[in-house]
Amino acid sequence: MSKRTSLLLALVILMLPLLAACGAASAPTSVSPAATTTTAAAPAAATTAAAPTTATTSGGAAVTLTYLADDSQNTQDTTKALAAAYMAQHPNVTINVEARPGGTEGDNIVKTRLATGEMTDIFFYNSGSLLQALHPTDTLVDLSKEPFIANIVDTFLPTVSQNGQIFGVPTGTALGGGILYNKKIYQQLGLSVPKTWAEFEANNEKIKAAGIAPVIATYGGTDTWTSQLFVLADYYNVQKANPTFAADYTANKVKYATNPAAIAGFNYLQEGNQKGWYQKDYATTTFEQGLQLLADGKGAHYPMLSFALSTIATNSPAAVNDIGFFGVPGTDAATSGATIWMPAATYIPKTSKHIAEAKDFLAFIASVAGADTITAKVPPGGPYLIKGAKLPDTVLPGVKDIAAYIDSGKSGPALEFLSPVKGPTLEQLCVAVGSGQMTPQQAAENYDKDVEKAAKQLGLPGW
Amino acid sequence: MTKQAQPHMLLRTYPGWFYLPAALVFGVFFLVPTALAFYFSLTRWTLFDATFIGLDNYTDFVGDSQLVSGLRNTIIYAIITSGLKVVISLPLAMLLTSSIRLKALFRSIIFFPVLVSTVAVGITFATLLRPSTGLINTVLGSIGLQPPDWLGNPNLALYSVALVDVWKGVGIAMVIFIAGILSIPPDYFEAARLEGGTWVKFRHVILPLSRNATFTVILLSFIGGLRTFDLIWTMTHGGPGFASDVLTSVIFKQYQAGFYGLSTAGNVVLFILVTIIVYPLMRFFNRLELEL
Repeated sequence: MSKRTSLLLALVILMLPLLAACGAASAPTSVSPAATTTTAAAPAAATTAAAPTTATTSGGAAVTLTYLADDSQNTQDTTKALAAAYMAQHPNVTINVEARPGGTEGDNIVKTRLATGEMTDIFFYNSGSLLQALHPTDTLVDLSKEPFIANIVDTFLPTVSQNGQIFGVPTGTALGGGILYNKKIYQQLGLSVPKTWAEFEANNEKIKAAGIAPVIATYGGTDTWTSQLFVLADYYNVQKANPTFAADYTANKVKYATNPAAIAGFNYLQEGNQKGWYQKDYATTTFEQGLQLLADGKGAHYPMLSFALSTIATNSPAAVNDIGFFGVPGTDAATSGATIWMPAATYIPKTSKHIAEAKDFLAFIASVAGADTITAKVPPGGPYLIKGAKLPDTVLPGVKDIAAYIDSGKSGPALEFLSPVKGPTLEQLCVAVGSGQMTPQQAAENYDKDVEKAAKQLGLPGW
Repeated sequence: MTKQAQPHMLLRTYPGWFYLPAALVFGVFFLVPTALAFYFSLTRWTLFDATFIGLDNYTDFVGDSQLVSGLRNTIIYAIITSGLKVVISLPLAMLLTSSIRLKALFRSIIFFPVLVSTVAVGITFATLLRPSTGLINTVLGSIGLQPPDWLGNPNLALYSVALVDVWKGVGIAMVIFIAGILSIPPDYFEAARLEGGTWVKFRHVILPLSRNATFTVILLSFIGGLRTFDLIWTMTHGGPGFASDVLTSVIFKQYQAGFYGLSTAGNVVLFILVTIIVYPLMRFFNRLELEL
């Protein structure tokens, strides 16, 4: 090899890493559950009674709408049921549901299609901080003047708004974030639902003494997102202690590392590790295995989002009625409550060629008939945010527990629905604390740095 | 003179613009993206727009606490994998160039993992290495050993992945060594046979005379180790926590988070770093290269 050729070869070889990280890899490691599996055989009656439509498109020229949604079973069932019911009433409209991957890969697809002007006529996407990253005022159609907005529960609207404009209608149900627990274990050991963290600790000691893992942790494979619930679902308690937390946090005035209420979630993760609450092999247990442990009574508590209830209903139908829900307990029994995750929404990009027809379909989604259409196909994991929409009597017990929190006013949205800022490495930091590699203080400081990067990326003032 | 002129004349009959198609492909798909990458590494890039922010991405990336542990892990990983590949594949190559039965079969078996996709290897081993249900620990447990949690133990995860990398890469190293050994003139082996046994053959013939092959193996697997991504990502995702994070997985996570400018800056840093480490190594090896 001459010097020249070897130099050239070296260059070529060394350039490869530049390209390496650009392509490949597709693991969904989103902070929101990327792949929800819900295939409970619900009655397939998708056609429901007439919906209160606002525009008059029936009898018009034939129109085809394209509808992009993530490929999880839950979302596909939901969007296809809505499309089928709407098409039955409007023979001139055809709605084609397109599937895209979930998780971060899906985020990139949505952003790319919006940026290149190739988005479908309507699309399904998260509300809250993820929506903010789409620059909705530049890319999406403002719906704030539409009459159907009045059908939507007010607490949802901020999560799909930017600069006073409203962009989406809730598609699916809200979810509870907190602790799923096995009621049979509670009965056998004579325990009651904890209202404070101290009570939770006491329950855990008794459960551990009975030879059952008090808390299930699932840090395996691509399921590390499950580690975040102690932190994220504790937000109800954080905002009880600091009523202006979300605004201060967005304005760079409050930090996780220096706020005692905010750092509590990280402390809980460490406590679980130090007191041996987690089951054996928690470092490699996956999400579905974790649900199985809970259903089989091998673990008592699982910090989780309530969509998991429908997964249990599919995998262990006999056990799902023994699974209840409570919010992450705080310091004061009087202020205990639950953190709520808002449903994803359906949006219209500015590049859509059929904006009028798309708005009429959104009006259907935001109606009671739309909610009933979804219920007929997908067992609800929480309440709808459509005024007047009711849950069926057959709803799962865990969902009833969540509804009780909401009905009694003891619930509030998670931070990601109140602030556009969210740091991306929270799940790894939570795993690091939960497996004893990092102290809560270190993790909170790292998370604050992470948040700073995200805020700068959004171009927020004050960072 | 004529001997020299002949190929030169031949070369001249092809005009310079024959280079054009290749140059175009190389330029459009390689040079332009590379230059753009350098530019975008200086911006805050959101796909919708890119704001020029100077060197902020670089200061952010260098100030990142994950970077330090990622860098340490990358170097540990590269040294372990390239070292073990040499130590294991050289004796194997020697064995499989001697006259033993079923030589071709053994060569194929050892080479086989090279043909399997890295992602498939990663997923398979992640399953095999599960702490209580995986095949490996079941076997170790049944012979009375107390097997560790290979991928779940933060102190062990990186080494477990490195060992799988060695398992997968030893075949290609062995093939390079076999080629190296076969290119040694037979006279040397004859002399070694007269002088003494296998040890003499190994120590005084194969080891010194397959030096070129050794350098190639070290260099290739060292670069491979520095750039490793797919195996780590499929087996541990850089976890548990950040315990097996390497530079490429840190960069990929930035990309996933939507920090495109930051992640591009990370790639530029990786590029420079690999150059700084590998180029002197390459120069050094080239100087010691043998003419057989």
